[in-house]
Amino acid sequence: MKEGIISKEYVIPANDFAVAGEASSNVKKILIQLGVEPQAIKKTAVSMYEAEMNVVIHAGGGRAFVEIDEEKILIKIKDDGPGIPDIDLAMQEGYSTASDEIREKGFGAGMGLPNIKKYSDIFNITSQIGKGTLLEITVFFKVKEFIKI
Amino acid sequence: MYFHSVTLDENKCMGCTNCIKRCPTEAIRVRKSKARIINERCIDCGECIRVCPYHAKKAITDPFEKINDFKYKVAIPAPTLYGQFKTVESRDHILTALKKCGFDHVYEVAKAAEIVTSETKKIIHKNGNKKTLISSACPAVVRLIQVRFPSLIDNILKIESPMELAAKIVKDEFSKTMDISPCDIGVFFITPCAAKVTSIKAPYEKEKSFVDGAISISDIYLKILTNLNEIENVEPLGQSGFVGIRWANSGGESIALGTDNFLAVDGIHNVITILEQLEDDKLEDVDFVETLACPGGCLGGPLTVENLYVAKTRIKKIIDEAKTKSTCTQCDNDYGYDLLWKGNFEYKPVMKLDKDMAVAMRKLEELERINRGLPGLDCGACGAPSCRALAEDIVRGNANETDCIFKLREKVRNLAVQMMELEGKMPPVMDKDL
Repeated sequence: MKEGIISKEYVIPANDFAVAGEASSNVKKILIQLGVEPQAIKKTAVSMYEAEMNVVIHAGGGRAFVEIDEEKILIKIKDDGPGIPDIDLAMQEGYSTASDEIREKGFGAGMGLPNIKKYSDIFNITSQIGKGTLLEITVFFKVKEFIKI
Repeated sequence: MYFHSVTLDENKCMGCTNCIKRCPTEAIRVRKSKARIINERCIDCGECIRVCPYHAKKAITDPFEKINDFKYKVAIPAPTLYGQFKTVESRDHILTALKKCGFDHVYEVAKAAEIVTSETKKIIHKNGNKKTLISSACPAVVRLIQVRFPSLIDNILKIESPMELAAKIVKDEFSKTMDISPCDIGVFFITPCAAKVTSIKAPYEKEKSFVDGAISISDIYLKILTNLNEIENVEPLGQSGFVGIRWANSGGESIALGTDNFLAVDGIHNVITILEQLEDDKLEDVDFVETLACPGGCLGGPLTVENLYVAKTRIKKIIDEAKTKSTCTQCDNDYGYDLLWKGNFEYKPVMKLDKDMAVAMRKLEELERINRGLPGLDCGACGAPSCRALAEDIVRGNANETDCIFKLREKVRNLAVQMMELEGKMPPVMDKDL
């Protein structure tokens, strides 16, 4: 462990809706115990949950790496899934490649990535076809110029 | 500083693990064979009252005699009261019997609920579908959000409860029509739960409650029952329509709003699951969430007499009666009251490990390190609800690792092994085999 940084790693299971969301729920509890501002908890909860769901639905599972320091939380969500061919298109609200089965469960409305971007202060996405996708979400705990909601 | 209705009867407490394991805010620890409630964390949901097999958890309510402190005594019964009686002729019979207990007047909280409903509709309309609103009807849930779901505080529908509104109406109307001072009017809520008592004694939404006391349904039940057999003149005290009465049921507040886009959840642990989802923005398509701490809603309150499911059937008859009477159920806020909360309602970060974030981070690391070393059985024998809770207590300085009986046994065993080893050693000056 690096000094002053809390590091966590979670396995995100494939296609298991019962377990999905546990990592973000866990992180929420940690932030509450650290006394982080409610707004930042909300932003972390929503963006991390959405990102977790993406990996469950599209990528056959993956991993979440979380680093918390006094100022911010950095969440890296990594999968070895099919990758995103056109990131700009995927970032558009309403665009979705989810199957009908997934949509019947109430997911796949095409709000995932845009929502993650909306709720994070810094958002990075890199993807390689056939190799996987990496999301990097940063949320600052104190009110800064990055806050958008 | 803290008032709680939920308290412990020391003589009855056996120090078992039932209540600690069910408390939604992990607010109870067993110390010296007695359950101790951590005041800052308790939300008065009454879950411990419900689960204690020895009836050692109780709710402080006001003694009936307190009504004699006032010149004019008014009872404001929760609609849940109507579900408590078998073979009763009508709602007016119940209300008349209640009045005969010693009150000068009875005003239904259900009536005020209808006004709250019409105000809620306006707020929902104004809100559009910007954010999901969470009902504030259940004070235990409001307090839960205050300590565990700070990011949902903005979603709370910050409107006076039917109980507060009923008390205000009574005081205003009586003092005007009868020409008496409001302080001579004692308004008493007939309560199904402990959380309401706390919200009277220590309100979170304003300085002082309009209600002067709370009498539990179970305390006044026998009096009403006796009076029911002796009624001669039935007074037309039932003023509320069925919409207000239905608030006693889970879903009652929501159905009244005339939107299909609602979710009603009851039972404190189910409520937590839904609040988690709200926090993750999973329910953004829902306009209104009704969250009630007791199973079945207020009818399942810990201070009721009748079984929840029986009470549901009973109150259905009263609701049907109100439907046939075609009492006005469209109650507007004719009084022109501003029903929004006045006080500052803030997050209470009681779960945080330290006020200094750097220290909190170190404590969290320590907590998790200790937790990894614990057996993970969550047996509760240490007095904390789970291994993780014990680890938390240790870093907060309120417990020791050896409070865990498995850890203790491990240490004793290690010590025994060491002793055996030492026993086999002989100092050279005493060793005759050399």
